[in-house]
Amino acid sequence: MSAKESSNAALRYLNTGNTLQHAFGDVLSYFILLLIGILAFSIRIFSVIKYESVIHEFDPYFNYRVTQFLTKKGIYEFWNWFDDRTWYPLGRVIGGTVYPGLTLTAGSIWWLLNSLNIPLSVETACVFTAPIFSALASWATYLLTKEVKGAGAGLTAAFLLAMVPSYISRSVAGSYDNEAVAIFALIFTFGLYIKTLNTGSLFYATLNSLAYFYMVCSWGGYTFIINLIPMHVLLCVITGRYSSRLYIAYAPLVVLGTLLAASVPVVGFNAVMTSEHFASFLVFIIIQVVAFVYYIKGILSPKMFKVAVTLVVSVGLAVCCAVVAVLIALVASSPTKGWSGRSLSLLDPTYASKYIPIIASVSEHQPPTWPSYFMDINVLAFLVPAGIIACFLPLSDASSFVVLYIATSAYFSGVMVRLMLVLAPAACSTSGIALSEAFDVFTRSIKFQLPGVSKAEIDVGETSSAIAEEQNVAGKTEKPEETSKDRPSRKKKKEREHEEKPTKAKAEKKRLLALPLVATVVSLLLLVFLGAFYVVCKCYFIKFGFSTRPLALLVCKYRILGMDAEDVYKLHCVWAAAEAYSAPSVVLSYRAHGRLHVFDDFREAYAWLRHNTDVNDKVASWWDYGYQTTAMANRTVIVDNNTWNNTHIATVGTAMSSPERAAWDIFHSLDVKYVFVIFGGLIGYPSDDINKFLWMVRIGGGVFPHIKEADYLKDGSYRIDSQATPTMLNCLMYKLSYYRFVETDGKAYDKVRRTEIGKKYFKLTHFEEVFTTHHWMVRIYKLKPPKNMIRGKTKKSKPKTSSRSSSRSGTKKKNPWH
Amino acid sequence: MAREKSSKDNAQALFHSLRSAYAATPVNLKIIDLYVGFAVFTALIQVVYMASVGSFPFNSFLSGVLSCVGTAVLAVCLRIQVNKENKEFKDLPPERAFADFVLCNLVLHLVIMNFLG
Repeated sequence: MSAKESSNAALRYLNTGNTLQHAFGDVLSYFILLLIGILAFSIRIFSVIKYESVIHEFDPYFNYRVTQFLTKKGIYEFWNWFDDRTWYPLGRVIGGTVYPGLTLTAGSIWWLLNSLNIPLSVETACVFTAPIFSALASWATYLLTKEVKGAGAGLTAAFLLAMVPSYISRSVAGSYDNEAVAIFALIFTFGLYIKTLNTGSLFYATLNSLAYFYMVCSWGGYTFIINLIPMHVLLCVITGRYSSRLYIAYAPLVVLGTLLAASVPVVGFNAVMTSEHFASFLVFIIIQVVAFVYYIKGILSPKMFKVAVTLVVSVGLAVCCAVVAVLIALVASSPTKGWSGRSLSLLDPTYASKYIPIIASVSEHQPPTWPSYFMDINVLAFLVPAGIIACFLPLSDASSFVVLYIATSAYFSGVMVRLMLVLAPAACSTSGIALSEAFDVFTRSIKFQLPGVSKAEIDVGETSSAIAEEQNVAGKTEKPEETSKDRPSRKKKKEREHEEKPTKAKAEKKRLLALPLVATVVSLLLLVFLGAFYVVCKCYFIKFGFSTRPLALLVCKYRILGMDAEDVYKLHCVWAAAEAYSAPSVVLSYRAHGRLHVFDDFREAYAWLRHNTDVNDKVASWWDYGYQTTAMANRTVIVDNNTWNNTHIATVGTAMSSPERAAWDIFHSLDVKYVFVIFGGLIGYPSDDINKFLWMVRIGGGVFPHIKEADYLKDGSYRIDSQATPTMLNCLMYKLSYYRFVETDGKAYDKVRRTEIGKKYFKLTHFEEVFTTHHWMVRIYKLKPPKNMIRGKTKKSKPKTSSRSSSRSGTKKKNPWH
Repeated sequence: MAREKSSKDNAQALFHSLRSAYAATPVNLKIIDLYVGFAVFTALIQVVYMASVGSFPFNSFLSGVLSCVGTAVLAVCLRIQVNKENKEFKDLPPERAFADFVLCNLVLHLVIMNFLG
């Protein structure tokens, strides 16, 4: 099987039946897929190389703790687990409120490896779950896009997904969160749905339902699937593309899917009772009706069919109206019309900020800024419209699905920055389609230009004006196959082009856009140069740790160095993976004077708590740190990142915003022994508790009316300098953050707020400081025990002083904590 | 008066043509249709029972109704794939269609048994 033979075969312009060639093409594409998988895996382990194999952020610590429990105690204990180490004194039903997919997956991987006598720890299994599943996700993208437009588009899309920064950001090694497996399940479900739609096989419909089940187990975002697929079915029915394959693809999915979703404890009966699922039932009924109508149409004569229609319409309309009226009454009776708070905040982006401050306060739930689109999907942002157009030529069921998917995910990503992740696979798919279609056009033009083959129509007008752009586009299209192998060989590339022909040999009439041969050959040569140049550049930049981003933007804009957009994409992705998204955020670092400074204060504090406090001591802090505290310090916390109980969080927020005595009362009533705050003023760490203080006030004020935001604001902003309000200077958060801060530099200059603080010298009456970490980032305080004797004041006068103080502050509302 | 009579005539003519058209379908398809009808009937009985007795335990009700609806839907899919007049599936051997049907039913009933409680 030589190169010469295959190129001769191509020149003959036959090749629809050459099985050896097909086989070689298949082997090559599987080999490329394997390389793409390895690429996806390796680009995500920068964090392990740069820092260590550690779990990042906040939520992954909870998942890690649950996985530890699962591996230690077994699956039955896991389903029935009631956790009393969090949300003290309420506790939390873990078995019924957690999405088990991720933990079960990592647990099975650990169990499998251990039963093969490979003794990896649970932490290692957890850290590396995400990169493994991202490799699987890129293969799933290949499946999805192959079903839409063919193997070439599939490979391009898979390659793009392996590197797209928004997916990397949530699936680096160490980011052990639901999205790591959920995105794989999402793409796989969609891929199988399209496959069922194309083949009409019930086997794939079963697989589709099982993949959907895995998605429901993994992530709350499964509602996107169960609303998008009915939307697509409805679109097909309305545009007249109904076929029996559509019925087979959709109807079993609804029944099996609802049952499987209801089997997952966290979803339960919500699968049939919440508005998020009603769309699927409605379209299920519609498709039954449509299928029946088509059947009747098939067996009746047209005249009789008209009669049937008039009869049915008159009767059916009355019944329909009655049913719809009942449904509307049911739905309207519930205050949120049956939708959950999170779904409502997706549909109406301003809902959360008006009604649910907890959801509004999470930074992931904010709308994204424009630069974040270019940061996260880079070059794909302008390839997507080309892909959408390519989907319309010709429009099939599968390509209409892709268009719908990209439109809806683009809308949702605009609402919430976290959902950029759902946009990534759609963007990669459409871009892959665009690139592969362009590639198709150009290789066809090359083939027709080869000597010995006639019938080339030269469209001069178009080519002369568009040559410059198209050279670059040809460059782009060659890149994916180019860099997925380490040493590209031109021979292999030519073979691959020619082998694409048999897989795409359709008898469609396409306009022959034949470019001058010289121009295209020159562009291919340029490509090889660029490939070599790119590989060299990548090594150079990463070795010297430059940030390639400004350069990449410059190049993109001015085409300096002759580099084109695809190179820019890859440079940028690797930079993003290495620099921006690999930080574990438990450990912070920055480079100064040529040295790397590492701040490990969080783990220092948790270790102190673990070794210096009693196992049963309760620790209070803001909810962001709850998961890490239970996982690393192994102490009971009051509130954590699950944020399911707004009142409990508001209690902690009120305590942080109250004066010392009132805060001590609140914490004492909750049996709290230790309180800690995060303080970034000494080193300039901006995400500290003083910056988050406004949310504590808002959430606390939402439940306890005596906390009023206006009391803390001076000229509309939160200030901690000499101009701050007395309520602010007396509140617990201020005191705990700035106690003895003046001892550091004599002036008490806060590096984050960039000002000297207002009250510098004060003593704490109800708390005592027990530990402050090396860079003052975490400050731990202990509640002083209540006094046995009250000196100087009798019990009778106590209510008077409290009522006097409350009337002094001008509130008539009864403070529930006095 | 005449319109009513003509509509009644129309209805009767429609009924007759439906009947004659249906009588022409092959026997195996009729068996499948009978099965679908039986499944839907069973589902309806369960709903009536639930309406009279109350919906506790809800998971049992759901799994019962959805198992009937599920087998009905799968049988309709089988009918589509086995029907000789259907051009899209003329390459599909009916044994393969039946095997898929059995597999899907297995999965469905496994889930039902798990959810029945």
